[in-house]
Amino acid sequence: MNALVIRGGRLVDPANGRDGLHDLYIDGQGFVVAVDERPADFPAEHQVVEAAGLVVCPGLVDLRARVREPGLEYKATMESEVRAAVAAGITTLCCPPDTQPPIDTPAVAQMVQSRAWRYGLAFIHPLGALTRGLQGEQLTDMAALDEAGCVGFSNALAPVTDTLVMRRAMEYAASFGLTVFLHSEDPYLHGRGTAHEGEVSTRLGLPGIPAAAETVGVARDLALIEQTGVRAHFCQLSSARAVAMVAEARRQGLPVSMDVTAHHLHLTEHDIGFFDSQCHVLPPLRALADREGLRRAVADGTAAAVCSDHQPHEPDAKLAPFSLSEPGISGLETLLPLTLRLVDEGVVDLPAAIALLTRGPAEILGLECGHLGPGATADVCLFDPEAEWVLQAETMRSRGHNTPFLGWRFRGRVVKTLVGGRVVFDAGAAPATDRA
Amino acid sequence: MTAPDLQLDADGRLKHLLTIEGLPRELLVQILDTAASFITLAEKEIKKAPLLRGKTVVNLFFETSTRTRTTFEIAAKRLAADVINLNPQHASTRKGETLLDTIHNLEAMHTDLFVVRHPNSGAAFLIAGHVPPHVHIINAGDGRHAHPTQAMLDMFTIRAHKGDFGALRVAIVGDLLHSRVARSQIHALTTLGAGEVRVIAPKTLLPVGVERLGVHPYHDMRAGLEDVDVIIMLRLQRERMHGAFIPSAQEFFNLYGLTPDKLARAKPDAIVMHPGPMNRGLEIDSAVADGPQSVILPQVTYGIAVRMAVMALVMGGSPLPPRRPRRAALKEGGA
Amino acid sequence: MTPTEAVEPLLARLAGGLQPYLERRPIMVGIHTGGVWVAERLHRRLALPEPLGTLDISFYRDDFTRAGLNPEVRGSQLPVPVADRHILLVDDVLHTGRTIRAALNEIFDYGRPASVVLAVLVERDGRELPIQADVVGRHMDLGPHQHVKLLGPEDLRLAILEDAV
Repeated sequence: MNALVIRGGRLVDPANGRDGLHDLYIDGQGFVVAVDERPADFPAEHQVVEAAGLVVCPGLVDLRARVREPGLEYKATMESEVRAAVAAGITTLCCPPDTQPPIDTPAVAQMVQSRAWRYGLAFIHPLGALTRGLQGEQLTDMAALDEAGCVGFSNALAPVTDTLVMRRAMEYAASFGLTVFLHSEDPYLHGRGTAHEGEVSTRLGLPGIPAAAETVGVARDLALIEQTGVRAHFCQLSSARAVAMVAEARRQGLPVSMDVTAHHLHLTEHDIGFFDSQCHVLPPLRALADREGLRRAVADGTAAAVCSDHQPHEPDAKLAPFSLSEPGISGLETLLPLTLRLVDEGVVDLPAAIALLTRGPAEILGLECGHLGPGATADVCLFDPEAEWVLQAETMRSRGHNTPFLGWRFRGRVVKTLVGGRVVFDAGAAPATDRA
Repeated sequence: MTAPDLQLDADGRLKHLLTIEGLPRELLVQILDTAASFITLAEKEIKKAPLLRGKTVVNLFFETSTRTRTTFEIAAKRLAADVINLNPQHASTRKGETLLDTIHNLEAMHTDLFVVRHPNSGAAFLIAGHVPPHVHIINAGDGRHAHPTQAMLDMFTIRAHKGDFGALRVAIVGDLLHSRVARSQIHALTTLGAGEVRVIAPKTLLPVGVERLGVHPYHDMRAGLEDVDVIIMLRLQRERMHGAFIPSAQEFFNLYGLTPDKLARAKPDAIVMHPGPMNRGLEIDSAVADGPQSVILPQVTYGIAVRMAVMALVMGGSPLPPRRPRRAALKEGGA
Repeated sequence: MTPTEAVEPLLARLAGGLQPYLERRPIMVGIHTGGVWVAERLHRRLALPEPLGTLDISFYRDDFTRAGLNPEVRGSQLPVPVADRHILLVDDVLHTGRTIRAALNEIFDYGRPASVVLAVLVERDGRELPIQADVVGRHMDLGPHQHVKLLGPEDLRLAILEDAV
């Protein structure tokens, strides 16, 4: 592979505090060797990627994306989804353990990683199951799963109803410095709800999930985190109240972090309209005040990451009455655009937005990625911040076209993506030239 | 997408009836007026108004209901339509495949109108969004969301006994949380300009934020019935006692059952309505149900006329009279 | 021809033309709205013993799916059973023939009459069905955008109207 210089772009690398016109030098092994200053030993034969007018940033890190393998291949395959990911500038994915079978044995964890490796596109780092079969009763072999590459432990959307089991799981994880990823919710208050309990669910006659379901769950889990000292990450909080609780816990020095999904930063319960099942997600889209609370969390750093919570579905999954449809949005291709929209709407500036998709999730996962300092793997995303485009089902690369953002006009489009110094996606807009 | 977009066509004609919400007042009045013209039919020997001759109506009831389905069947037959009744086995695990596949199969048999009742909110909307332009849908009840024809029948009853809505104070009592009828009644009353709409129930049976629908909530029934002109009693299903919504039938009847002494708080000429079937001794005392202020029985006759009106309007063309020719100068005699 | 006068002689001609049918003891039925106005006057002139019937054919029209429901439905009243009786069916204007077809359908839903005789105040060109009047007040040939209309209910007058261009 040739060495490569990405020239003339606006390099935004929040982890290394960079935002400005900088050239990026990448060696023949796929590592960043220098920024701006061409190293003396840089090969004369190298490729040049012209990046004038583009933003050059670390390949995006998506904290939560489901590629549907193993077990749910009728919805999407790893191949289709990692292709969609790199076309959207995402070079690292973290997938939850709720595959079939769940990721509760090292074999499954290794399988997921090696299959992804073979495609040579985006990396996939799995989360291991917190309890066997995600049943909420017995612990998994966390140490072995950690060895096998799991970057954290989660019970996905299956509740751990027995508080004692949750305490033990946290204590065990804490013994080895492992991070638990929580979807905190009280299952009794969730009940059979499918939409936020509020104005819209009342009008539409949809069974409601009160915000209290989330806050009760978060309160319980915070108390246990304090008790056990485990490092914990709250996944996709949806209510302003829960955000405030996490912010307070952080102020008190608890080792907690949180993320927000890209769609919760833009949509509310009102987007359900008249039963649009594309807006059926868990946790549900809540009220305007909750969306504002989530935006504040992202702006003030309480939430260090924005993720897609990518859940591609086959068409039938959404062609049902709202409560019977399957929840989830195919979100890879709107992760960057929706985050950039926050910049347009004045919630955060561009470097902060990029941090939410790179440095933030990388730190939460404890991974060496999401930055472009010397020695870093050259996973790079180049995007044109001015290009306007409309999301259409026909041009989506994911197998899942289930998204309420079809027809939305976005500003900011990925032009090229590199993984380990190799171009894995090229929209054709920034030609590379060979220099003898 | 808003409800009117799906229910009304480009000229503002009613194409489907899925919910009262979003329909203009004139259209609701038109439904009531049309129903009135069908009422006179019921008294005649020939009860026919063959507007739908040659059309096929399918009653697609995923939830059994002999009463509502029979009313729709009689209404369709009086309009001379061919009627097919289907009660598909609905298992929620089979999800939407059953629903839309069923519809598509029936369309192939040249169905013109589906009357659909389904246990999940939004089912009628889903269907309406997936049928060809010449097929019409009437929602006969979807989950907890809407039951527009029942609400129109209730409005017809109110208008027949009380006249103008603007002067009326209406109270809806009981399990609003689970009631699609109540939601539709609230939309109808507010659109028709009812003076005041009150809802009376314990907090456990009122949907969160119900005031935003334009109603005043009360937990004290006596206070809520003060000076009311119309009392609508909702059905309470016995399962609610097991679901921890109310403690017991006894307590519910004490607090929210319509007894003569509670009725006395309302205006002396107040009418009592119930969408049926009634639980005597739970929602309503027999003395009231059989008393002079109860209009529960006539509601049945009105039901057929209202459903005929809705079917006729949904299947028919422009609601406006044909364009009036302009008057020319009077001509002298011609050949 | 002044408007008011136009109708009186036509009514006289109709009454004269219906005389031969009276020995069958017919029932007279007028079609709303103009036909009822004409029938009321004929009913008086001919001193028919049995009450006048009225038909509102709104529910029997063949253009329902295009034109929708008439917002002012009056309802039909046939006080005398039609089975085996001779009917004198009366309308103001016979044009395409569709109104008469609807009226016949409705009458037959009430019972099987012995015969139906059609009397119209004005018969004009433009028939679309094989329907003819047995007794006619007067005939008119009109242009494609012209319509003849009976105005009433008190002072019956005929007017010829043009479609707005």
